[in-house]
Amino acid sequence: MLAARNSGLVADMESMLHITTLHYLVLGAALFLLGVIGVLTRRNVVIVLMSIELILNAVNLNLVAFSRLWGGVHGQVFAIFVITDAAAEAAVGLGILIAFFRNKETVNIDEVNLLKW
Amino acid sequence: MAPVATPFFFYLLSAIMLIGGIAVITRKNPVHSALALIVTLLAQASIYLMLYAPFVAGVQIILYAGGIMVLFLFVIMLVSIDRSMKERQFNSQWVVGMIAATALGGLFIAVYTKGTSIFPDHALAVVEDNNTQEVAKVLYGQYMFAFEIASLLLLVAIIGAVVMAKKKI
Repeated sequence: MLAARNSGLVADMESMLHITTLHYLVLGAALFLLGVIGVLTRRNVVIVLMSIELILNAVNLNLVAFSRLWGGVHGQVFAIFVITDAAAEAAVGLGILIAFFRNKETVNIDEVNLLKW
Repeated sequence: MAPVATPFFFYLLSAIMLIGGIAVITRKNPVHSALALIVTLLAQASIYLMLYAPFVAGVQIILYAGGIMVLFLFVIMLVSIDRSMKERQFNSQWVVGMIAATALGGLFIAVYTKGTSIFPDHALAVVEDNNTQEVAKVLYGQYMFAFEIASLLLLVAIIGAVVMAKKKI
């Protein structure tokens, strides 16, 4: 019984020490969740935009991990496209932030309520 | 060159990334958040190296840590953060936000425990000495149209950013 449990533990340790694609996926999921929590709970627009960058990076990590798994470079190419999108999004988002700050003198996202019903 | 001591470096870099990510979403000062995000991005670039993706790792460092984060820091310097640092940092729906994030995490766990059987058992062989050439061949061959659309997207983003930052919009 104990030996069986021990061997199970050893197998667990070995699976912990052998880094598979699943490890990268779990890391990406954790990073994604951190980004989601940041987007949903923070009030500072700058930090909300940074949380979106965290989310995009989690996606990139998944793409590159799958690219490694399947032995091609297509996932890496898509990661480059995602980085391009992140650059475009950051430029426009920060431009909107500057326009917003100029009008309202604040970076609090709760005060972006012009379209609120 | 095969990576050495993969488990050790994987867990080390994961810890750096997650601590950096937690710092991003908890710090009061946006400058500290930005610096923590740079740490996260650099650790992620190292993980790309472990995944035999040196070109993406270089792009990550040059474009993300070097370009986008400089843009963020510039904007943080342009807006006044004194007032927002005195305010409450988390909004009133943080409980709902945490519940939604937990549900999403449960979904991820369910998908990963059920879905791993469709993966191949071992990672397939990968070309590692000419990664940049391979990426370039695919990028300028198969994904040529998407590449052109991406350049158009960047043009739109440039124009949008300039228009948004103009004095009178």
